[in-house]
Amino acid sequence: MKSLKANAHLLADSQQQLSILENGTDTNMYALVPFQQKLEESGLYPLLPLTPSVFQVNVGKMCNQVCRHCHVDAGPDRKEIMTRQTMEQCLQVLAQQPGYTIVDITGGAPEMNPDFRWFVEQVRLLNRHVIVRCNLTIIVSNKKYFDLPVFFREHVVEVVSSLPFYQKDRTDRQRGDGVFDDSIKALQMLNGVGYGLEESPLRLNLVYNPAGAFLPPGQAALEQEFRTALYKDFGISFHSLYAITNLPISRFLDYLLESGNYEKYMQKLVNAYNPAAAANVMCRTTLSVSWNGYLHDCDFNQMLDLRCAVPQHHIADYDHSAMLNRSIVVNQHCYGCTAGAGSSCGGAVV
Amino acid sequence: MANHYYSEEDLGKFSSIGTFQKPLADKFFAWYGEVFAEGQLSAREKSLIALAVAHAVQCPYCIDAYSADAFEKGWNEAQLMEAVHVASAIKGGAALVHGVQMMNKVKAIAM
Repeated sequence: MKSLKANAHLLADSQQQLSILENGTDTNMYALVPFQQKLEESGLYPLLPLTPSVFQVNVGKMCNQVCRHCHVDAGPDRKEIMTRQTMEQCLQVLAQQPGYTIVDITGGAPEMNPDFRWFVEQVRLLNRHVIVRCNLTIIVSNKKYFDLPVFFREHVVEVVSSLPFYQKDRTDRQRGDGVFDDSIKALQMLNGVGYGLEESPLRLNLVYNPAGAFLPPGQAALEQEFRTALYKDFGISFHSLYAITNLPISRFLDYLLESGNYEKYMQKLVNAYNPAAAANVMCRTTLSVSWNGYLHDCDFNQMLDLRCAVPQHHIADYDHSAMLNRSIVVNQHCYGCTAGAGSSCGGAVV
Repeated sequence: MANHYYSEEDLGKFSSIGTFQKPLADKFFAWYGEVFAEGQLSAREKSLIALAVAHAVQCPYCIDAYSADAFEKGWNEAQLMEAVHVASAIKGGAALVHGVQMMNKVKAIAM
Protein backbone atom coordinates (compact mmCIF):
# COMPACT_ATOMS: atom_id res chain seq x y z
CA MET A 1 0.00 0.00 0.00
CA LYS A 2 1.24 3.48 -0.90
CA SER A 3 0.37 6.93 0.39
CA LEU A 4 -2.32 8.98 -1.35
CA LYS A 5 0.45 11.31 -2.47
CA ALA A 6 2.50 8.52 -4.06
CA ASN A 7 -0.65 7.37 -5.87
CA ALA A 8 -1.25 10.94 -7.10
CA HIS A 9 -4.71 10.59 -5.52
CA LEU A 10 -7.05 13.59 -5.65
CA LEU A 11 -7.34 13.55 -1.86
CA ALA A 12 -3.61 14.13 -1.52
CA ASP A 13 -4.59 17.74 -2.23
CA SER A 14 -5.87 19.39 0.95
CA GLN A 15 -8.09 21.72 -1.08
CA GLN A 16 -9.95 18.71 -2.48
CA GLN A 17 -10.49 17.43 1.05
CA LEU A 18 -11.81 20.79 2.22
CA SER A 19 -14.13 20.96 -0.77
CA ILE A 20 -15.66 17.59 0.15
CA LEU A 21 -15.91 18.56 3.82
CA GLU A 22 -17.68 21.81 2.97
CA ASN A 23 -19.85 20.66 0.06
CA GLY A 24 -20.14 16.88 0.37
CA THR A 25 -20.02 14.55 -2.58
CA ASP A 26 -23.49 15.45 -3.80
CA THR A 27 -24.46 19.02 -3.02
CA ASN A 28 -28.18 18.27 -3.41
CA MET A 29 -28.13 15.75 -0.60
CA TYR A 30 -25.60 17.39 1.70
CA ALA A 31 -26.98 19.73 4.27
CA LEU A 32 -24.86 19.40 7.37
CA VAL A 33 -24.98 22.23 9.85
CA PRO A 34 -21.75 24.23 9.50
CA PHE A 35 -19.44 23.67 12.48
CA GLN A 36 -19.17 27.43 12.91
CA GLN A 37 -22.95 27.62 13.41
CA LYS A 38 -22.81 24.92 16.10
CA LEU A 39 -20.11 26.87 17.91
CA GLU A 40 -22.21 30.03 17.67
CA GLU A 41 -25.18 28.21 19.19
CA SER A 42 -22.88 27.11 22.04
CA GLY A 43 -21.53 30.62 22.54
CA LEU A 44 -18.06 29.48 21.50
CA TYR A 45 -17.56 31.30 18.21
CA PRO A 46 -15.04 32.63 17.48
CA LEU A 47 -13.15 29.82 19.16
CA LEU A 48 -10.43 31.43 21.24
CA PRO A 49 -7.26 29.99 22.72
CA LEU A 50 -6.83 29.44 26.45
CA THR A 51 -3.40 29.48 28.09
CA PRO A 52 -1.18 27.55 25.66
CA SER A 53 0.68 24.66 27.26
CA VAL A 54 1.26 22.00 24.59
CA PHE A 55 3.87 22.54 21.89
CA GLN A 56 3.20 19.80 19.36
CA VAL A 57 5.85 19.18 16.75
CA ASN A 58 5.27 16.99 13.72
CA VAL A 59 8.82 16.05 12.75
CA GLY A 60 7.83 14.42 9.49
CA LYS A 61 5.50 12.29 7.41
CA MET A 62 7.95 9.41 7.04
CA CYS A 63 6.66 6.21 8.63
CA ASN A 64 7.34 2.46 8.51
CA GLN A 65 3.58 1.79 8.34
CA VAL A 66 0.81 2.74 5.93
CA CYS A 67 -2.34 2.68 8.07
CA ARG A 68 -5.72 2.87 6.37
CA HIS A 69 -7.00 5.59 8.66
CA CYS A 70 -3.88 7.80 8.77
CA HIS A 71 -4.72 11.51 8.79
CA VAL A 72 -1.12 12.38 7.90
CA ASP A 73 -1.02 10.18 4.78
CA ALA A 74 2.29 8.97 6.21
CA GLY A 75 4.36 6.08 4.91
CA PRO A 76 7.77 4.90 3.78
CA ASP A 77 7.34 6.84 0.54
CA ARG A 78 6.95 10.18 2.33
CA LYS A 79 10.26 12.03 2.56
CA GLU A 80 9.11 15.28 4.20
CA ILE A 81 10.92 15.54 7.53
CA MET A 82 11.84 18.42 9.82
CA THR A 83 15.41 19.72 9.51
CA ARG A 84 17.65 20.42 12.48
CA GLN A 85 17.45 24.12 11.60
CA THR A 86 13.66 24.10 12.07
CA MET A 87 14.07 22.13 15.29
CA GLU A 88 16.47 24.82 16.51
CA GLN A 89 13.83 27.45 15.74
CA CYS A 90 11.34 25.43 17.82
CA LEU A 91 13.84 25.26 20.67
CA GLN A 92 14.32 29.04 20.56
CA VAL A 93 10.58 29.56 20.97
CA LEU A 94 10.45 27.03 23.80
CA ALA A 95 13.33 28.78 25.57
CA GLN A 96 11.45 32.08 25.37
CA GLN A 97 8.01 30.70 26.25
CA PRO A 98 8.13 28.68 29.48
CA GLY A 99 4.32 28.33 29.38
CA TYR A 100 4.74 25.52 26.89
CA THR A 101 5.37 22.90 29.55
CA ILE A 102 4.70 19.88 27.32
CA VAL A 103 6.42 19.09 24.03
CA ASP A 104 4.44 16.51 22.08
CA ILE A 105 6.47 14.94 19.27
CA THR A 106 4.59 13.20 16.51
CA GLY A 107 4.85 12.14 12.87
CA GLY A 108 4.77 9.76 10.80
CA ALA A 109 7.08 7.73 12.94
CA PRO A 110 8.99 10.56 14.63
CA GLU A 111 11.86 8.22 15.53
CA MET A 112 12.75 7.93 11.81
CA ASN A 113 13.84 11.57 11.70
CA PRO A 114 17.67 11.38 12.01
CA ASP A 115 17.63 14.34 14.41
CA PHE A 116 14.86 12.92 16.60
CA ARG A 117 17.10 11.86 19.50
CA TRP A 118 19.04 15.12 19.41
CA PHE A 119 15.77 17.07 19.54
CA VAL A 120 14.46 15.07 22.51
CA GLU A 121 17.74 15.68 24.36
CA GLN A 122 17.59 19.42 23.69
CA VAL A 123 13.97 19.69 24.81
CA ARG A 124 14.77 17.83 28.02
CA LEU A 125 17.65 20.26 28.65
CA LEU A 126 14.97 22.97 28.62
CA ASN A 127 13.28 20.96 31.36
CA ARG A 128 10.07 20.29 29.45
CA HIS A 129 7.92 17.19 29.66
CA VAL A 130 8.30 15.22 26.43
CA ILE A 131 5.63 13.03 24.86
CA VAL A 132 6.52 10.83 21.91
CA ARG A 133 3.72 9.38 19.80
CA CYS A 134 5.18 6.00 18.96
CA ASN A 135 3.57 3.54 16.57
CA LEU A 136 5.29 0.69 18.49
CA THR A 137 6.32 -1.33 15.43
CA ILE A 138 9.17 1.10 14.72
CA ILE A 139 10.90 -0.28 17.84
CA VAL A 140 11.19 -3.77 16.33
CA SER A 141 11.46 -2.73 12.67
CA ASN A 142 15.25 -2.39 12.56
CA LYS A 143 18.06 -3.04 15.00
CA LYS A 144 18.95 0.66 15.07
CA TYR A 145 15.64 1.22 16.90
CA PHE A 146 15.87 -1.69 19.34
CA ASP A 147 17.29 0.61 22.04
CA LEU A 148 14.46 3.15 21.83
CA PRO A 149 12.84 1.94 25.08
CA VAL A 150 16.15 2.57 26.90
CA PHE A 151 16.52 5.96 25.21
CA PHE A 152 12.97 6.89 26.24
CA ARG A 153 13.70 5.79 29.82
CA GLU A 154 16.96 7.79 30.00
CA HIS A 155 15.09 10.95 29.04
CA VAL A 156 11.92 10.17 31.01
CA VAL A 157 9.86 10.46 27.84
CA GLU A 158 6.15 9.76 28.09
CA VAL A 159 5.28 7.20 25.44
CA VAL A 160 1.86 7.36 23.79
CA SER A 161 1.40 4.31 21.62
CA SER A 162 -1.14 3.45 18.99
CA LEU A 163 -2.86 0.12 19.51
CA PRO A 164 -6.25 0.13 17.79
CA PHE A 165 -7.44 -2.96 19.60
CA TYR A 166 -6.41 -5.71 21.99
CA GLN A 167 -7.07 -8.36 19.37
CA LYS A 168 -4.95 -9.14 16.33
CA ASP A 169 -7.64 -9.17 13.67
CA ARG A 170 -9.05 -5.72 14.24
CA THR A 171 -5.61 -4.15 14.65
CA ASP A 172 -4.14 -5.67 11.51
CA ARG A 173 -7.16 -4.72 9.41
CA GLN A 174 -6.47 -1.09 10.16
CA ARG A 175 -2.70 -0.96 10.36
CA GLY A 176 -1.48 -3.84 8.20
CA ASP A 177 -0.59 -7.52 8.54
CA GLY A 178 1.77 -8.33 11.38
CA VAL A 179 1.33 -4.98 13.13
CA PHE A 180 -0.40 -6.48 16.16
CA ASP A 181 2.33 -9.07 16.82
CA ASP A 182 5.08 -6.46 16.45
CA SER A 183 3.18 -4.03 18.67
CA ILE A 184 2.90 -6.66 21.40
CA LYS A 185 6.65 -7.34 21.21
CA ALA A 186 7.37 -3.60 21.48
CA LEU A 187 5.01 -3.19 24.44
CA GLN A 188 6.75 -6.07 26.20
CA MET A 189 10.10 -4.36 25.57
CA LEU A 190 8.74 -1.11 27.04
CA ASN A 191 7.37 -2.97 30.07
CA GLY A 192 10.76 -4.66 30.32
CA VAL A 193 12.57 -1.37 30.97
CA GLY A 194 9.93 -0.19 33.44
CA TYR A 195 7.33 1.54 31.26
CA GLY A 196 3.64 1.22 32.07
CA LEU A 197 4.04 -0.56 35.40
CA GLU A 198 1.57 0.47 38.09
CA GLU A 199 3.86 2.55 40.30
CA SER A 200 6.34 3.49 37.57
CA PRO A 201 6.88 7.16 36.71
CA LEU A 202 7.64 6.01 33.15
CA ARG A 203 4.27 6.72 31.56
CA LEU A 204 3.01 4.38 28.86
CA ASN A 205 -0.40 5.27 27.44
CA LEU A 206 -2.23 3.54 24.63
CA VAL A 207 -4.37 5.03 21.89
CA TYR A 208 -7.51 3.32 20.61
CA ASN A 209 -9.19 4.49 17.46
CA PRO A 210 -12.08 2.76 15.73
CA ALA A 211 -11.31 0.36 12.88
CA GLY A 212 -14.22 1.53 10.78
CA ALA A 213 -16.88 4.18 10.30
CA PHE A 214 -18.00 4.48 13.89
CA LEU A 215 -17.26 6.39 17.06
CA PRO A 216 -15.22 5.10 19.98
CA PRO A 217 -17.15 3.51 22.86
CA GLY A 218 -16.81 4.89 26.38
CA GLN A 219 -13.14 5.38 27.26
CA ALA A 220 -13.26 4.14 30.86
CA ALA A 221 -14.95 0.80 30.06
CA LEU A 222 -12.72 0.28 27.03
CA GLU A 223 -9.60 0.95 29.09
CA GLN A 224 -10.64 -1.76 31.52
CA GLU A 225 -11.18 -4.23 28.66
CA PHE A 226 -7.75 -3.41 27.19
CA ARG A 227 -6.12 -3.74 30.60
CA THR A 228 -7.69 -7.11 31.35
CA ALA A 229 -7.09 -8.61 27.90
CA LEU A 230 -3.52 -7.38 27.38
CA TYR A 231 -2.43 -8.54 30.82
CA LYS A 232 -4.18 -11.91 30.57
CA ASP A 233 -3.00 -12.70 27.05
CA PHE A 234 0.45 -11.09 26.99
CA GLY A 235 1.36 -9.92 30.51
CA ILE A 236 1.34 -6.31 29.29
CA SER A 237 0.69 -3.33 31.58
CA PHE A 238 -0.01 0.28 30.68
CA HIS A 239 -1.24 3.41 32.42
CA SER A 240 -4.12 5.01 30.50
CA LEU A 241 -6.04 4.37 27.31
CA TYR A 242 -6.99 7.32 25.11
CA ALA A 243 -10.03 6.72 22.88
CA ILE A 244 -9.64 8.92 19.81
CA THR A 245 -12.21 9.56 17.09
CA ASN A 246 -11.06 9.25 13.48
CA LEU A 247 -11.37 12.63 11.79
CA PRO A 248 -12.76 12.64 8.25
CA ILE A 249 -9.61 13.74 6.47
CA SER A 250 -6.89 12.21 4.31
CA ARG A 251 -6.82 8.39 4.19
CA PHE A 252 -9.76 8.00 6.56
CA LEU A 253 -11.75 10.34 4.34
CA ASP A 254 -10.74 8.17 1.38
CA TYR A 255 -11.95 5.09 3.26
CA LEU A 256 -15.28 6.77 4.10
CA LEU A 257 -15.86 7.76 0.50
CA GLU A 258 -14.78 4.40 -0.95
CA SER A 259 -16.97 2.45 1.48
CA GLY A 260 -20.00 4.71 0.99
CA ASN A 261 -19.97 5.77 4.64
CA TYR A 262 -19.02 9.42 4.30
CA GLU A 263 -22.40 11.15 4.64
CA LYS A 264 -23.60 8.84 7.41
CA TYR A 265 -20.38 9.23 9.35
CA MET A 266 -20.54 13.01 9.11
CA GLN A 267 -24.17 12.96 10.22
CA LYS A 268 -23.21 10.75 13.14
CA LEU A 269 -20.53 13.25 14.18
CA VAL A 270 -22.95 16.17 13.88
CA ASN A 271 -25.67 14.36 15.84
CA ALA A 272 -23.16 13.59 18.58
CA TYR A 273 -21.99 17.23 18.88
CA ASN A 274 -21.40 17.98 22.55
CA PRO A 275 -21.00 21.64 23.63
CA ALA A 276 -19.04 20.54 26.71
CA ALA A 277 -16.56 18.74 24.48
CA ALA A 278 -16.38 21.77 22.20
CA ALA A 279 -15.41 23.97 25.14
CA ASN A 280 -12.51 21.63 25.93
CA VAL A 281 -11.05 20.97 22.49
CA MET A 282 -7.28 20.55 22.50
CA CYS A 283 -6.60 23.30 19.96
CA ARG A 284 -7.39 25.87 22.67
CA THR A 285 -4.19 24.95 24.51
CA THR A 286 -2.03 23.60 21.69
CA LEU A 287 0.31 24.91 19.05
CA SER A 288 1.06 22.50 16.21
CA VAL A 289 4.25 22.98 14.17
CA SER A 290 4.58 21.21 10.82
CA TRP A 291 7.70 19.51 9.48
CA ASN A 292 8.53 22.66 7.49
CA GLY A 293 8.00 25.00 10.45
CA TYR A 294 4.52 26.38 9.82
CA LEU A 295 2.09 27.07 12.66
CA HIS A 296 -1.31 25.41 13.01
CA ASP A 297 -4.02 25.09 15.64
CA CYS A 298 -3.82 21.28 15.62
CA ASP A 299 -2.32 18.36 13.73
CA PHE A 300 -5.52 17.93 11.69
CA ASN A 301 -5.55 21.55 10.55
CA GLN A 302 -1.90 21.03 9.72
CA MET A 303 -2.76 18.21 7.32
CA LEU A 304 -5.41 20.40 5.69
CA ASP A 305 -2.87 23.25 5.33
CA LEU A 306 -5.06 25.46 7.53
CA ARG A 307 -2.48 27.68 9.20
CA CYS A 308 -2.97 29.71 12.38
CA ALA A 309 -4.79 33.00 11.81
CA VAL A 310 -1.78 35.13 12.69
CA PRO A 311 0.17 37.56 10.48
CA GLN A 312 3.39 35.50 10.58
CA HIS A 313 2.89 31.79 9.92
CA HIS A 314 6.38 30.42 10.46
CA ILE A 315 8.04 29.34 13.69
CA ALA A 316 11.03 31.53 12.78
CA ASP A 317 8.74 34.56 13.12
CA TYR A 318 6.82 33.33 16.20
CA ASP A 319 4.84 36.11 17.92
CA HIS A 320 3.38 34.98 21.24
CA SER A 321 1.04 37.94 21.55
CA ALA A 322 -0.43 37.25 18.12
CA MET A 323 -0.90 33.58 19.07
CA LEU A 324 -2.79 34.51 22.26
CA ASN A 325 -5.07 36.86 20.36
CA ARG A 326 -5.86 34.70 17.37
CA SER A 327 -9.12 32.94 16.53
CA ILE A 328 -8.81 29.21 15.99
CA VAL A 329 -9.48 28.07 12.42
CA VAL A 330 -12.41 25.62 12.22
CA ASN A 331 -14.08 23.60 9.50
CA GLN A 332 -16.40 20.59 9.21
CA HIS A 333 -13.72 18.08 10.27
CA CYS A 334 -13.76 19.69 13.73
CA TYR A 335 -16.97 17.76 14.46
CA GLY A 336 -14.64 14.80 15.04
CA CYS A 337 -13.25 16.44 18.19
CA THR A 338 -16.64 17.46 19.62
CA ALA A 339 -18.62 14.23 19.20
CA GLY A 340 -19.80 12.46 22.33
CA ALA A 341 -17.19 12.59 25.05
CA GLY A 342 -14.97 14.54 22.67
CA SER A 343 -11.62 13.56 21.27
CA SER A 344 -8.11 14.91 21.53
CA CYS A 345 -4.54 13.67 21.45
CA GLY A 346 -5.18 12.85 25.11
CA GLY A 347 -8.43 11.00 24.44
CA ALA A 348 -11.88 12.00 25.68
CA VAL A 349 -12.20 15.58 26.96
CA VAL A 350 -15.35 15.37 29.11
CA MET B 1 -38.22 6.25 -4.13
CA ALA B 2 -39.57 2.82 -3.25
CA ASN B 3 -42.30 2.77 -0.61
CA HIS B 4 -41.40 0.44 2.26
CA TYR B 5 -43.08 -0.23 5.57
CA TYR B 6 -39.59 -0.05 7.09
CA SER B 7 -37.41 2.93 6.19
CA GLU B 8 -33.79 3.28 7.36
CA GLU B 9 -34.29 7.00 7.96
CA ASP B 10 -37.09 6.29 10.42
CA LEU B 11 -34.63 4.93 12.97
CA GLY B 12 -33.19 8.43 13.29
CA LYS B 13 -36.69 9.73 13.97
CA PHE B 14 -37.24 7.47 16.97
CA SER B 15 -36.60 10.30 19.39
CA SER B 16 -39.56 12.19 17.87
CA ILE B 17 -41.95 9.49 19.06
CA GLY B 18 -42.96 11.83 21.87
CA THR B 19 -44.60 14.22 19.43
CA PHE B 20 -48.00 12.56 19.98
CA GLN B 21 -47.52 11.61 23.65
CA LYS B 22 -44.54 13.25 25.35
CA PRO B 23 -44.83 12.19 29.01
CA LEU B 24 -44.85 8.48 28.19
CA ALA B 25 -42.04 8.88 25.64
CA ASP B 26 -39.91 10.75 28.16
CA LYS B 27 -40.42 7.96 30.67
CA PHE B 28 -39.56 5.33 28.09
CA PHE B 29 -36.32 7.03 27.00
CA ALA B 30 -35.22 7.71 30.58
CA TRP B 31 -35.83 4.06 31.47
CA TYR B 32 -34.19 2.86 28.25
CA GLY B 33 -31.08 4.93 28.94
CA GLU B 34 -30.80 3.56 32.45
CA VAL B 35 -31.27 -0.02 31.28
CA PHE B 36 -28.29 0.24 28.94
CA ALA B 37 -25.97 2.07 31.35
CA GLU B 38 -23.10 0.28 33.10
CA GLY B 39 -24.57 -1.83 35.90
CA GLN B 40 -24.10 -5.35 37.23
CA LEU B 41 -23.77 -6.15 33.54
CA SER B 42 -21.46 -3.96 31.47
CA ALA B 43 -22.83 -1.76 28.69
CA ARG B 44 -20.82 -3.98 26.35
CA GLU B 45 -22.56 -7.16 27.54
CA LYS B 46 -25.97 -5.50 27.36
CA SER B 47 -25.31 -4.50 23.77
CA LEU B 48 -24.74 -8.14 22.78
CA ILE B 49 -27.92 -9.23 24.57
CA ALA B 50 -29.80 -6.47 22.76
CA LEU B 51 -28.47 -7.70 19.43
CA ALA B 52 -29.66 -11.23 20.14
CA VAL B 53 -33.09 -10.03 21.24
CA ALA B 54 -33.30 -7.77 18.19
CA HIS B 55 -33.01 -10.88 16.02
CA ALA B 56 -35.50 -12.80 18.11
CA VAL B 57 -38.09 -10.04 17.75
CA GLN B 58 -36.94 -9.46 14.14
CA CYS B 59 -36.84 -5.69 14.44
CA PRO B 60 -34.84 -4.21 11.53
CA TYR B 61 -34.25 -0.96 13.38
CA CYS B 62 -32.91 -2.77 16.42
CA ILE B 63 -30.72 -5.05 14.30
CA ASP B 64 -29.26 -2.00 12.54
CA ALA B 65 -28.65 -0.15 15.77
CA TYR B 66 -27.23 -3.01 17.81
CA SER B 67 -25.09 -4.55 15.05
CA ALA B 68 -23.25 -1.24 14.94
CA ASP B 69 -23.31 -0.69 18.69
CA ALA B 70 -22.05 -4.17 19.56
CA PHE B 71 -19.28 -4.01 16.93
CA GLU B 72 -18.30 -0.56 18.17
CA LYS B 73 -18.12 -1.93 21.69
CA GLY B 74 -15.55 -4.48 20.56
CA TRP B 75 -17.43 -7.71 19.84
CA ASN B 76 -16.02 -9.32 16.71
CA GLU B 77 -17.94 -10.79 13.79
CA ALA B 78 -17.84 -14.39 15.06
CA GLN B 79 -19.09 -13.34 18.49
CA LEU B 80 -21.94 -11.34 16.95
CA MET B 81 -22.97 -14.36 14.89
CA GLU B 82 -22.84 -16.66 17.91
CA ALA B 83 -25.22 -14.29 19.67
CA VAL B 84 -27.57 -14.48 16.68
CA HIS B 85 -27.37 -18.28 16.83
CA VAL B 86 -28.29 -18.17 20.50
CA ALA B 87 -31.38 -16.11 19.63
CA SER B 88 -32.19 -18.46 16.75
CA ALA B 89 -31.75 -21.55 18.91
CA ILE B 90 -34.12 -20.16 21.52
CA LYS B 91 -36.65 -19.25 18.84
CA GLY B 92 -36.27 -22.66 17.20
CA GLY B 93 -36.44 -24.41 20.55
CA ALA B 94 -39.47 -22.37 21.52
CA ALA B 95 -41.28 -23.69 18.45
CA LEU B 96 -40.06 -27.22 18.87
CA VAL B 97 -40.87 -27.53 22.56
CA HIS B 98 -44.53 -26.95 21.67
CA GLY B 99 -44.25 -30.30 19.97
CA VAL B 100 -44.71 -31.76 23.44
CA GLN B 101 -48.10 -30.07 23.60
CA MET B 102 -48.87 -31.52 20.21
CA MET B 103 -47.88 -34.98 21.39
CA ASN B 104 -49.94 -34.62 24.57
CA LYS B 105 -53.00 -33.67 22.55
CA VAL B 106 -52.57 -36.42 20.01
CA LYS B 107 -52.00 -38.99 22.71
CA ALA B 108 -55.13 -37.78 24.50
CA ILE B 109 -57.38 -38.33 21.53
CA ALA B 110 -55.73 -41.28 19.85
CA MET B 111 -56.85 -44.86 20.47
